[in-house]
Amino acid sequence: MPYLEVRALAKSYATPSRTTNVLDGVNLALDEREFVAIVGYSGSGKTTLVSLIAGLITPDAGEIVLDGAPVRGPGPERGIVFQQYSLLPWMTVYENVALAVDAVSPGRSATERKRLTQEFIALVNLTPATWKRPSQLSGGMRQRVAVARGLAMRPKVLLMDEPFSAVDALTRANLQDELLRIWNEHRSTVVLITNDVDEAILMSDRIYPMTPGPGAVLGPAIEVGLPRPRQRRHMSLEPAYQKARQAIVEFLRASRRAGV
Amino acid sequence: MTTATLRKIVLPLLGLTGVLVVWAMLSQAIAPDLPSPLRTWRESSRYVLDPFFKDGEMNQGILRLAFYSLVRVAKGYALALAIGTPLGFLLGLSRTFHAAFDPIVQFLRPISPLAWLPLGLVIFQKSEPAAVFTIALCAMWPTVINTAVGVRSISQDYLNVGRVLKLSRKKMLTKIIVPATLPYVFTGYRLSLGLAWLVIVAAEMLTGTPGVGGFLWQEYNSLVYSHIILSVATIGAVGLLLDRLMGLVEARVKSV
Repeated sequence: MPYLEVRALAKSYATPSRTTNVLDGVNLALDEREFVAIVGYSGSGKTTLVSLIAGLITPDAGEIVLDGAPVRGPGPERGIVFQQYSLLPWMTVYENVALAVDAVSPGRSATERKRLTQEFIALVNLTPATWKRPSQLSGGMRQRVAVARGLAMRPKVLLMDEPFSAVDALTRANLQDELLRIWNEHRSTVVLITNDVDEAILMSDRIYPMTPGPGAVLGPAIEVGLPRPRQRRHMSLEPAYQKARQAIVEFLRASRRAGV
Repeated sequence: MTTATLRKIVLPLLGLTGVLVVWAMLSQAIAPDLPSPLRTWRESSRYVLDPFFKDGEMNQGILRLAFYSLVRVAKGYALALAIGTPLGFLLGLSRTFHAAFDPIVQFLRPISPLAWLPLGLVIFQKSEPAAVFTIALCAMWPTVINTAVGVRSISQDYLNVGRVLKLSRKKMLTKIIVPATLPYVFTGYRLSLGLAWLVIVAAEMLTGTPGVGGFLWQEYNSLVYSHIILSVATIGAVGLLLDRLMGLVEARVKSV
């Protein structure tokens, strides 16, 4: 049985004038410690899928099972890194991360929680910014705080909703390398939502392409046969990279044509 | 001369001169009972230059009178915030509460202080608590409404953080809802303070208590019209000062 399983998930949004069918039977399966990416065009319903897995919205049909238990509502065992950071602006970096640490470790002593908070901040290389507020940080630094907070929930699965889409290309590459390094050390289960095919190949073990909406579904998973740890520089020359890239791009193109 | 000094000093002074000229012309040509600027100053200078003297209950330096009014306003304002802030949070947080009490709030909001004061006198039998009651009742609405609007416009993103972390109701309130609403709350506080100061004159006039408003009304009845102008100017100056001070506090809260 997979660690995280999404079965026949459907979601529509109704407005007074009409109903928009966003997801129409999404299936997804992850093993523990697997890094899976979902790639699709903007507006195809990726954020809706993440919100459903996070339990922030309820599906019309289908179910989500994590580690044998059906998902009902939100919880820190499905940690999330939001697209727009969603850091609390009135709190320092420390307080933002501590909020997550405190929420998942009520039994621990104050000293231990403090140590954990500092550890997660150090993990994303933000120790010098510990006492700054989000407004004093660059976009890249803010997103690192969001990643630290997501990891600090010590989730069974970490959901990342286009985490690097709001930063410039150079910062994005740095953040990707950093996340890859952290993942190599921790090997947590991750679902990465992205519209960047190269990002998906660089980071993940398996990639699900998403058809453009309305009524989006996931295509068959494409294995990324690249060995880890991966190096961005040599990657594009590998046949495995080219094969995966071609498969994804072809699927997305074909599904878009079929949709139009 | 730079444009900045022109805009900040010279032009306001020109505006003030214009007002004084119109005032002098009015007293000269149209309303002979209206004291001229010069006469107003002559008859008021003692109140301004020795602002804390006390000759009798209603004959005191202008700052001493203003101080009485400020103390009264502070009491009413404190009461307004103490009631208005939690009321605003309740209206913003609970649909049930909103449905039950929002119509009443909308109904009570436009009622003038002149209407509340007699009711306060009926309830409390004494002028001082009646004045405080009136100030509180009239001044609390901006706080109530701004707080409620603030709570309802908290970004869903912040609330989602709390939901994912499964924060307790208490933590959700203290860590997310209250800090996110604070800028709105302080806008409400600033507007409420302005209203509280607006109400003081009416409250003191009707109750005849010592203060700037009470003084104003007494001097009208004693036909010392220059002191009406003195009172009006004092009310304006103090009101402006209060608004500026509260603006500074508000800016600090919003800078976070």
